[in-house]
Amino acid sequence: MIEAHSLTKRYGKTLAVDSLSFEVRPGQVTGFLGPNGSGKSTTMRVIMGLDLPDGGSAMINGRPYRDLPWPLHEVGALLEAKAIHPGRTAFNHLWMLAQTHGIRRSRVDEVLDLVGLSEVAGRRAGKFSLGMGQRLGIAAALLGDPSVLLFDEPVNGLDPEGILWVRTLLRHLAGEGRTIFVSSHLMSEMALTADHVVVIGRGRLIADRPVAELVAGSSRRFVKVRTPQAEVLTPVVVGAGGTVAPGTDGSLTVTGLSAEAIGDLAGEHGVRLHELTPLQASLEEAFMDLTRDSLEFGGHDVARTVTDGGAVASTAPGGTAR
Amino acid sequence: MSVESVSLGPARPLPPGHYGPIGQLRSEWTKMRTVRSTLWTLVATIIAVVGIGAVATAVTAARWRSGGIVDHIGFDPTARSLAGVFLGQIVIGVLGVLVMSAEYGTGTIRATLSAVPNRPLVLACKAAVFAVVAFVASEILTFGAFFLGQALLRGSTPYATITQPGVARAVAGAGLVLTVLGLFALGLATIIRHTAGALTAYVGLLLVLPLILQAFPVSFQHQVIKFMPLVIGEHMAATNPNVHAFGGGALLSPWIGFGFLCAYAAVVLVVGGILMHRRDA
Repeated sequence: MIEAHSLTKRYGKTLAVDSLSFEVRPGQVTGFLGPNGSGKSTTMRVIMGLDLPDGGSAMINGRPYRDLPWPLHEVGALLEAKAIHPGRTAFNHLWMLAQTHGIRRSRVDEVLDLVGLSEVAGRRAGKFSLGMGQRLGIAAALLGDPSVLLFDEPVNGLDPEGILWVRTLLRHLAGEGRTIFVSSHLMSEMALTADHVVVIGRGRLIADRPVAELVAGSSRRFVKVRTPQAEVLTPVVVGAGGTVAPGTDGSLTVTGLSAEAIGDLAGEHGVRLHELTPLQASLEEAFMDLTRDSLEFGGHDVARTVTDGGAVASTAPGGTAR
Repeated sequence: MSVESVSLGPARPLPPGHYGPIGQLRSEWTKMRTVRSTLWTLVATIIAVVGIGAVATAVTAARWRSGGIVDHIGFDPTARSLAGVFLGQIVIGVLGVLVMSAEYGTGTIRATLSAVPNRPLVLACKAAVFAVVAFVASEILTFGAFFLGQALLRGSTPYATITQPGVARAVAGAGLVLTVLGLFALGLATIIRHTAGALTAYVGLLLVLPLILQAFPVSFQHQVIKFMPLVIGEHMAATNPNVHAFGGGALLSPWIGFGFLCAYAAVVLVVGGILMHRRDA
């Protein structure tokens, strides 16, 4: 269990985290989403007691990190890839961490085996690829068999097989009842891994809800309609409360009405339909909607142009924010 | 690496007690012995202390008859055999800096502090392990340099034996000076956190400060020079009480001077510990 209460962190004049409150519960994978520079890593570092908050608090299992009697048995973290002395072997990196907690040597071999690094345990970490560095970081996180795990961008630098492996590992760990908190700027990744998401932008909480709800609650539910009688259907749909926008390929994009309702209307008015496809915004698009106003580095116009390329009649951005 | 092999089971109850110094000391020892920079710095210290001492004594022995009176005045065979301690001070400082700055430079500090969030404890254990390694190595080297140097001098020049007054103090004391200077460097690295910056500060305080002092009035120099780490070290490594580094002024007695050196190291370590506790890692 991780709890953040009104967490605030400043770096000089920059407000990196702005009175952020959320809870990360055990037994599920909680994604931590936000654009680059939104404060995800800072939040994780404060939770880990590495950076001190300017206000508020972060608790793990009810205690601040610095008060944990056996930190590695309670929390494991992969905060950045290759935060490892390049001259030290993988085994020795884990061994020096294990010694602080009296963790036995066989456990070091066990986690090395688990992440698939047994073969290179005696090799210096400086020779490791980014992906191997990530695996070593994951091994370090699992060393103390902790109930809470934090991963900052764990799939960065991994090959497809590695990504699948991390995804499965996270689900497995959550299934064992552990608290899993994973940051990412890749929504598609979270759609596949997370049960719940905490979305932040510019250090502020934007959303804290189940993934399914986030997608469902997006303003971007629409129906793609293709008909040779658009001039007949359009007023009917508008009359029933829908909004119609012409698509780029000659189709119509209807928002505000379900596919069933549109199909019924077409039948009542004798309109021939060639296509009737309910479409849902991807988590990616839902995220774009949520964070559009909070992008740290002026990419607003680009984001808008790209996501609005399909000429979808969109409601006000941020409409699903709390 | 199949996920089924995780089978870690849900979190078990925590062991009794608390992490502490024993585990941290073991960890720091592992860290120190598992990077090659430790070995190479120690090899460099051997070359500096024993090598330079051997060359200095051998050249002295070879030139003793031809060199004449200027070579004979104030000749201190003990100090001559410990001539390499001067360079050894710099090399041990490099080791002291690296032991701490490498943690910050590589990011290992985040792993270290995640395991042991009590930062003063981390610093204390690191300093303790470094002190033991530096002390053992330094004493072996200063005694080695002394015995080798005297063997090279014997037959050609006056030479010292370890039982003569002040000799054992000079040889053992030179090793202590090396140890404490290494701790001083470690403390500076804790404050500065960057290898290059910490090394510059260390070399500046050790070597450059006495040079800058030469721009000041001589009477002032005489009052201040005795507090310089370099002068304290040089005085400790000599048996001849008339050795006046950098041209004069009354010196502190070797042990008083050593006391000041310890105080300098203690101050930077305490300041480093406070900063480490307060700053973001």
